[in-house]
Amino acid sequence: MWAYLIRRLWQMVPTLIGVVVLVFLLFKFFGADPAVILGGLNATQEQVAAIRTQLGLDRPWWVQLAIYLKEIVTFEWGRSWATNEAVSNLFATRLPATLTVMIPFLILDTLVALPIAMWVAYRRGSFSDRTIMVVTTVALSISFLVYIIIGQYVFGFQLGWFPVQGWSDSTLTNLITFVPLPVLLAVMVGVSPQTRLYRTFFLDELGHDYVRTARAKGMTEGTVLFKHVLRNTMIPIITNIGYALPGIFVGSFLIEVFFSIPGLGREVLLAVNRSDYPVIQATTVYLAMLTMLINLATDLLYKVVDPRVVLK
Amino acid sequence: MSAVLPITAAQAPHSEGVWRTAWRRFRNDRVGMVSLAIVAAFLVLIALSATRVVARHWQAEVGVPNAPPTFLGPRPPEDLGTIEAPKGPNVDLSDVDPLAPRYKEWAERAAQMKTAEVQRQETLPFGGDRLGRDVLSKAIKGTEVSVFVGVLASVLATTIGTLLGAAAGFFGRRINDFLEWVYNVFTAVPDILLIFAFAAVFGRGIGTVVLILGLTGWSGVYRQVRAEFIKHRGREYVRAAEAIGASAGSRMFRHILPNVSHVILVRMSLLVVGFIKFEVILSYLGLGVPVDQVSWGTMLAEAQSELILGYWWQLAAATLFMAVFVTAFSLMADAWRDALDPKLRGAE
Repeated sequence: MWAYLIRRLWQMVPTLIGVVVLVFLLFKFFGADPAVILGGLNATQEQVAAIRTQLGLDRPWWVQLAIYLKEIVTFEWGRSWATNEAVSNLFATRLPATLTVMIPFLILDTLVALPIAMWVAYRRGSFSDRTIMVVTTVALSISFLVYIIIGQYVFGFQLGWFPVQGWSDSTLTNLITFVPLPVLLAVMVGVSPQTRLYRTFFLDELGHDYVRTARAKGMTEGTVLFKHVLRNTMIPIITNIGYALPGIFVGSFLIEVFFSIPGLGREVLLAVNRSDYPVIQATTVYLAMLTMLINLATDLLYKVVDPRVVLK
Repeated sequence: MSAVLPITAAQAPHSEGVWRTAWRRFRNDRVGMVSLAIVAAFLVLIALSATRVVARHWQAEVGVPNAPPTFLGPRPPEDLGTIEAPKGPNVDLSDVDPLAPRYKEWAERAAQMKTAEVQRQETLPFGGDRLGRDVLSKAIKGTEVSVFVGVLASVLATTIGTLLGAAAGFFGRRINDFLEWVYNVFTAVPDILLIFAFAAVFGRGIGTVVLILGLTGWSGVYRQVRAEFIKHRGREYVRAAEAIGASAGSRMFRHILPNVSHVILVRMSLLVVGFIKFEVILSYLGLGVPVDQVSWGTMLAEAQSELILGYWWQLAAATLFMAVFVTAFSLMADAWRDALDPKLRGAE
């Protein structure tokens, strides 16, 4: 177990270096000159040159890469170019808002999709199965944007059930007032692909011999489904949730943009629009790190769910 | 052998090719055939739009602003409550007006200029946008741009994925290790963040969107092509080709590639749908197509503020076009997958 953990962590190092190098090269050789962006439109030659010296841009690229690596290791990313806010502070203040929206979303999404998927898989080929498959196909083909535009218009503007957008300092107020509409809309969008995916997982398991054996033993359908099939299906489902987890840290950036939620996703988008390189670079590298750690955690979770799994 | 068993070419037990078999299977798939027809209709529409036969004047402001669709009828004139124009005769000011002597000269010069006074229509087939442009033409033009971006980006992603996957799978060892590392790096960063990082660097424009989506979306193809090449490289026909002196490149692309091309095609068609959705989102956020172009994404961006004023037709047009195309295309891709690679059925 420990050997496995250490080896997996060790294997992350080259990948992480790769991400760092990719981000560095991307911004270094394809991005615009940071000094020109920082200087603004009215900067003189001398000012641009001064900024260049200050940032170390006049030095060879390997020195710059070294500076960059130092920044990552020491978690010292400097400040956002646009707002002069420390990047670490940015993470600390934006992440809670993202999580306030995304955690309820992830839980609800799974809780809604799972029973539907189980039910339609159990009644495979029936009218309800086919209806749900058609509905999810159509629902999937409509852009997320349309759901948000219409959802805000109908629920926020016409019916007035929820505020169209907004955010407050209190987590409780946020959860009660501002979170329901975005989460509702996101679940409406997210349930379709999830249901389809989980349905295939259930169908896979239902086709196995052990299901027939269990039925032959005279077990009730409920026991077969919930004790045998569900437990086995949890393995791919957990993998799937594990893959979805890193995504919640960027949040659904679209939701944050539409509902003016001061989360990390919206901050990244703002940074892209302002060519705010430090923020984009920091987010990319740290989220890559987080993704890998979460994937490792998912693999460890297998062991809990499925005792047959041997970690090697 | 031929002397012993005189079989003529016509009688020879002729094994069916993979494409022919797939087509036979596909033809029996009713949903697949219907969606193929819809996609084909869209492609014809796109071809007509690209050759400027239809929707050439999508930028022309042919109707009144926010003109309603024809089936709704023209909007009732608003009561503006303006002051009535005075009825009395005009007072002659020419003796005190310092500009009076030149009025005639200006009138003559104005007469030389020709201005085309466009009669703006009260209603348009499917309504007009904020500037009075025909929403139907915009939707057709937007279809062209969105589908073009989706297809081109998936071709790019598939090409990258296939080349890298073929190299990794065929050569193995060092090259495989290196490419696996590249793959791990690209998949370590969440998709949308990678796209944003590329967008921040490359700027805006249709070509850029294609480039961004292509450069970030190849990992799925790579994975599958690599697996297929690993499976095939030890097969007898490849060994036989090697024995008669076929070069590595020839074995990879003339022998193995045709045998795995159906898998690649299926992957590519699945990518198209995803890329179209991404293009719409990027364009909505202002990272996609520029303002002088139209796509489903820019239409949706405009539609948001129009909806609050009650002008729902642009939203409806963009949504309808996109929903029909994407549904048909994904059903077609599913049918292709089932026909070409029955083993994959139920995947995704």
